[in-house]
Amino acid sequence: MMPPGHIRAPAYLRGKTGVVERRLGAFANPEKLAYGLQAEKRDLYRVRFSMAEIWGAEAEAPDDTLDAEIYAHWLEQVQD
Amino acid sequence: MPHDHHEHLSPSGHPYRKDDDVPLTYWQTMEIAMRELLIEKGETAAAEIARQIDAMDARSPANGAAVVARAWVDADFKARLLADAAEASRAMGFDIGPLHLIAVENTRDTHNVIVCTLCSCYPRNLLGLPPDWYKSRAYRSRVVKTPRAVLREFGLDLPADVTVRVHDSTADMRYIVLPARPPGTENLTEAELAALVTRDSMIGTGVPRAPDLRQPA
Repeated sequence: MMPPGHIRAPAYLRGKTGVVERRLGAFANPEKLAYGLQAEKRDLYRVRFSMAEIWGAEAEAPDDTLDAEIYAHWLEQVQD
Repeated sequence: MPHDHHEHLSPSGHPYRKDDDVPLTYWQTMEIAMRELLIEKGETAAAEIARQIDAMDARSPANGAAVVARAWVDADFKARLLADAAEASRAMGFDIGPLHLIAVENTRDTHNVIVCTLCSCYPRNLLGLPPDWYKSRAYRSRVVKTPRAVLREFGLDLPADVTVRVHDSTADMRYIVLPARPPGTENLTEAELAALVTRDSMIGTGVPRAPDLRQPA
């Protein structure tokens, strides 16, 4: 479920669709930092997901939400 | 026999703790080796390490409680806290180092709760060390899927018309919940209000104490 390496985009959110809650600015890429490598700055976002989107029918309350910080290179824009 | 039973208990009635006669783990050995090398090369000193441990141990939820109470009595400070909680905490005089902090506000229709599913990220520089359960796999895995059930286990049964917002500290931000000010506290001083603010109310697994349950200062 998790690719090898130090990844900070949690597996339970892979492939899920959310809405950017706020932009946090640029931070050193943790996937490089973890190995003591030169880490370039990457844009970090707070993304809000509904519990229904994450857990489907198993959601305890579908309209409750989960916010997580996700780096730009783990996000792709969806067309509405 | 009662006598046999007592042999396993200390005079205070607690079982004796076993001596830790076990080999060091890999990471314990690594920590000792790194520390000794850094001291040997003059990068740090044992007294400096002890001072840093003291400084971390001195941080406690009382720091966060003071920030929350200030936000309850000062609308400008509250706006500042919600805009940048790290800057607002520093303005109150708390030395929180490079901490990036976001405050999330509980209201009549929203309840926030904090977790770190990947490890144990926690606003230590403001609140001190996290409780052990915060780092447990059970809390970390369950609160993102069934937050309402987890909160009920903490004694917090939220009505269906309150939205629960879970915040997973996956990267560089740390979080503090700004709990709602309890009713019946209009005449309390800022210090009295701070005494109502529990650690769990700032994680979101609890709410502040009611004023009549306030612990004596």
